Amino acid sequence: MKLHEYQSKQIFAKFGIPIPKGRVAATATEARQIAEELGGHVVVKSQVLVGGRGKAGGIRLAKSAKEAEDVATQILGMEIKGLSVRKVLIDPAANIEQEIYLGITNDRASRRPVFMASAAGGVEIEEVARINPEKIIKIHIDPLLGLRDYQTRDIAIGIDLPKAYWKQFGEICRGLWRVYVECDATLVEINPLVILKEKSLLALDGKMLLDDNALFRHSDLAEMRDIDEEAPGETEARKYGLSFIKLDGNIGCMVNGAGLAMTTMDIVKLFGGEPANFLDIGGGAGADKVAAALRIILSDKNVRVILFNVFGGITRCDEVAKGILIALNEVKPKIPMVVRLVGTNAEEGRKLLASAKMITAITLADAAKKSVAEVKRSQEA
Amino acid sequence: MSILVDKNTRLLVQGITGNEGLFHTQQMLAYGTKVVAGTRPGKGGEWVLEGKVPVFDTCKAAVETTGANVSIIFVSAAFAPDAIFEAADAKIPLIVCITEGVPVQDMMRVREYLDQQHVRLLGPNCPGLLTPAEAKVGIIPGEIAIPGDIGVVSRSGTLTYEVLYALKNKGLGASTCVGIGGDPINGTSFIDCLLMFEEDPHTEKIVLIGEIGGTDEEKAAQFIASKMTKPVVGFIAGQTAPPGKRMGHAGAIIEGGAGTAAEKVKSLELAGVKVAKHPEQIPDLLKDH
Repeated sequence: MKLHEYQSKQIFAKFGIPIPKGRVAATATEARQIAEELGGHVVVKSQVLVGGRGKAGGIRLAKSAKEAEDVATQILGMEIKGLSVRKVLIDPAANIEQEIYLGITNDRASRRPVFMASAAGGVEIEEVARINPEKIIKIHIDPLLGLRDYQTRDIAIGIDLPKAYWKQFGEICRGLWRVYVECDATLVEINPLVILKEKSLLALDGKMLLDDNALFRHSDLAEMRDIDEEAPGETEARKYGLSFIKLDGNIGCMVNGAGLAMTTMDIVKLFGGEPANFLDIGGGAGADKVAAALRIILSDKNVRVILFNVFGGITRCDEVAKGILIALNEVKPKIPMVVRLVGTNAEEGRKLLASAKMITAITLADAAKKSVAEVKRSQEA
Repeated sequence: MSILVDKNTRLLVQGITGNEGLFHTQQMLAYGTKVVAGTRPGKGGEWVLEGKVPVFDTCKAAVETTGANVSIIFVSAAFAPDAIFEAADAKIPLIVCITEGVPVQDMMRVREYLDQQHVRLLGPNCPGLLTPAEAKVGIIPGEIAIPGDIGVVSRSGTLTYEVLYALKNKGLGASTCVGIGGDPINGTSFIDCLLMFEEDPHTEKIVLIGEIGGTDEEKAAQFIASKMTKPVVGFIAGQTAPPGKRMGHAGAIIEGGAGTAAEKVKSLELAGVKVAKHPEQIPDLLKDH
């Protein structure tokens, strides 16, 4: 789960990281009021969950409250990478001497958190990572011991930070580490952390990604989710514990297990079809979950055929079959359905579905071919 | 023959009284696995499945009383890390965690601790292991595989069943099938399993089933090129997966352009691995070797 910049910075502040005294506005009038309170010279920042906001024109300076209002009028409602801007953050403009990059993420390869820092912070950090990776220092943290004080000094030395800032920098590093651990983040990032002309450090921007699997112990953070920025179906899917990703094709896929769901998409494509979605109903899915999955697939008007591929293990095929029947009764789809059930209680499942008018398949390749053929038939009709 | 589990496996089921724990204990017993104990704090002293399996409050008590040497975990994600620590501290050398959805930072702490204790974990978010005709430790349906000389290792669950089933349909059997799990941080890697299969005298060929995300398949490819004498056939799921989207498994995501199926296929092919276009091709590729 992604957090907005303003949400991330509010969390940073709770952990002692200095942030600008800005506020969020949903209208241009509000933006003007906030700018007035802040003395007029502000930066207006679009709040959308994508990178590259600056380059897209979504972050702009304003020299007066009136200008802030004008700029906010332009930014609110604009589209950045397909997402429309609903909120802007109004921060006081800062006198920047230097921009630093600071972040913590999970390093899969070493199975440890990694602290990253660079003296070349700012909008070009991805370019720096690509062209001059040596300019980003990385320090791995023992997950059982946590961040040690000497490591914060190693980072400071690694980015040639003047000694006058080491104490404050250490506090910011420790704060950021606590944010990462206590929020179960998979990424926390301050880019840039700036050295101000006033000779202190300030987190100008903030980014956080949270571990969806850990949200059960962070109900306060889970509530921060911005469902306006999700694709239709994904919010509904999450409610039922389904894993759903919309794609552009016309063969709706309902599969148990992520690996098999990906394989089902791949094989549909291999035999000349286009998958409409990734959908994993998960392990041990019951009838209600299956019914929800079917409703979500059918809400996509591009879908011409539904392919059910269920290999029973922890999921029992008879349970899935019951779910399909309940859902069919409810939504009464008019499109062809191809079904393949194998594994735990598959025989019982097939018996249950015998009454429904579905095309059956034994192998995965067979199921994919039949689905593709049905799409062709519907297009010819 | 086999790796990791066989007819001498004495299994402890953590979370045996839950729905899934009980259902799969029944399935494992029916397969012939020696399920010697279960745990559920507060229910120590009871028995489940008509007196077939005793329940203990703690792993320590279960191990002392029954000599359990492998543990399988069916407890929910919030409590799974603690269950793993408990099994490790009870000196169980192999722990299999079926549970899906364990927070990744918990797993980093778990893995760090287990490495220090020299305990092997399989999973989490995995289907467990199956040594056909000897032991089923997990949720892989027993009837879809027959004994044989092919070692199977996979990051996925149901996709693994698909492959075992395709093998069986062509008369091919497995020495052991190992599901290492679909999370970004897990206990056992492809390389660990490849090494065990290479050293197992009864495994002749290996099937490796990977998916998008991370670099484990690339590392496995390097290992295959430099260390393996036995032929390996591969399959990678997620050719059509869009970048930046988590495809169900916490670990299945293309990040910053890295971890694509195309890259993994290329690495494996460079290492001499024949990579199948879909699971049902795997038996034919094995026969070609």
